[in-house]
Amino acid sequence: MRSGSPPVPDGTARVRAVSRTRLWARVSRWLFLLPALVYLSLFFGYPVVKNVVMSFQEYSVATFYTGAAPFVGLRNYTTVLSTDVFWQALLTTVLFTVGSIAGQFVLGLALALFFQRRFPLGGLLRSLLLLPWLLPLVVSGTTWRWMLDTDSGVVNEALRHLHLLSSGIPWLTGTSEALVSVILVNIWVGVPFNTALLYGGLQDIPARYYEAAKLDGAGRLAAFRHVTWPLLRPVAGVVLVLGVVYTVKVLDIILVVTGGGPAGATQTLATRSYELSFQQFEFGRGAAMGNVLVLVSLAFALVHLRADRRARNT
Amino acid sequence: MKRGPARGPLSTVVGIVLLALMLFPVYWMVNASLQPAGSVLPSGWFPRHPDFGGYATALRDQRRNLVTSLVVALGSVALSLGLAVPAAYALARLRLRGTTVVLFGLLVTQTVPGIVVANALYGAYTDLGLLNSYGGLILADSTTGVPFAILVLRAFMRSIPGEIIDAARVDGAGRLRVLWSVVLPLSRNALITAGLFTFLFAWGDFLFALTLNTTESVRPVTVGIYEYLGAHTNQWNAVMATAVLASVPAAALLVAAQRHLAAGITGGALK
Repeated sequence: MRSGSPPVPDGTARVRAVSRTRLWARVSRWLFLLPALVYLSLFFGYPVVKNVVMSFQEYSVATFYTGAAPFVGLRNYTTVLSTDVFWQALLTTVLFTVGSIAGQFVLGLALALFFQRRFPLGGLLRSLLLLPWLLPLVVSGTTWRWMLDTDSGVVNEALRHLHLLSSGIPWLTGTSEALVSVILVNIWVGVPFNTALLYGGLQDIPARYYEAAKLDGAGRLAAFRHVTWPLLRPVAGVVLVLGVVYTVKVLDIILVVTGGGPAGATQTLATRSYELSFQQFEFGRGAAMGNVLVLVSLAFALVHLRADRRARNT
Repeated sequence: MKRGPARGPLSTVVGIVLLALMLFPVYWMVNASLQPAGSVLPSGWFPRHPDFGGYATALRDQRRNLVTSLVVALGSVALSLGLAVPAAYALARLRLRGTTVVLFGLLVTQTVPGIVVANALYGAYTDLGLLNSYGGLILADSTTGVPFAILVLRAFMRSIPGEIIDAARVDGAGRLRVLWSVVLPLSRNALITAGLFTFLFAWGDFLFALTLNTTESVRPVTVGIYEYLGAHTNQWNAVMATAVLASVPAAALLVAAQRHLAAGITGGALK
């Protein structure tokens, strides 16, 4: 802390008074942070700890009446992990996440590169592009659910018009199609976020590098390979891992578009945790499933922090 | 500043086409909301005879839910900014020893899934009597807004030139006073940005509204739409009209935030 001149030692009382004000100055600075810290502890710290505790308890409907939640050791985990449903949900979570991220990133990068050009209305069009990301997820999910309807959805209608198919694709009712559908919807929601961050990364690349590449006779592809991509990589890493951290926990879209169906084909760890806790009222098992999800998310977060540090060092 | 090669109106045309493709679902939502009731047939590409019956039904069924969403979102803005402003100030300007730890903690909160939070809060809310309450939902809905607002405001407050704050301190202003009458007015744009996003986070919340409410007393429009989907799937015009109404804040933000991002950062306070 920077403070004025050191206390003049002309009396112990004065020294004590000065040190008391200094102590107060130190404590009072923490008071600014305290309310937020209390809130974050109650709404992030407590839930995480509570979930760990609950995952070792028989915590179900009865608990709310009797208050009893006997400890059952690892039983919730063994119950949850031993089912095929769990491994199916884990696989779906991985496919959903990888598919969504790949699509969002490639489309987001393509759009970011396009909007890097300067042209009339470019800025306006770029900001309007953010709309899908700003809409409530329930709204996006509902709209797509209507668009993907097998008989009256506009997607099948358009495909029929173009003579690409004669009968409708069961976007939401076919087991493999449904997963593709929720991935498509999630890509649509996530593209603006990717575009915005990657566009920001592109803007930070100094123009002189491009000029130098041009002087060296580099074409556009070579400039991308040797200038854009290496310099964008740290930002790209952050975008990818942030995307993964946000995507593994997606719940709203799946609940609205398919409800996890058909026959559990779009159940992920998040929707399974919801189902266990809030539809079967097996909170202990829901917590166990949620903790597996936290572990997956944390693993990616560590990658993110490393990528973030690399991004800052370059 | 030179940014990328300058291109002609051809790029504008391509840009408009790309935007139209991306925003087609939004157009389709509006189009579907203007169809007559009960039509399950493929709707026309244009609402040639717009029918506002969907909106009448939506307003009849969902007006209360829209008001609930508004109350919860405004409450969340107040709570989030109230917590985030002093915290961001402390993290940006007060050189606290634990700053890095707190910032790390804020990043870690991003990895906590909402369902994990909901899972634990349900039991706690049952004991505390916070289920089906505005306060309980506002508190839970701010879990996205608080860390976000702290990070946005801190980044901005760090950019305020130290001379301005030092001058106020020399004039004898306490830290609270510096925050209130120097830092906050300068942070106006960042406050608006943080506030608008916080509003949208709470407005769009679905998970907490779904899990922390067991009755109809506090039901935001997101849950209203979800229940519509279960009960009324033959009345797509009303469902879509509600979706359009629920999209209004997002569309408004797009206009408002653009203006506020364009407004200068320190606003020439040093001049």
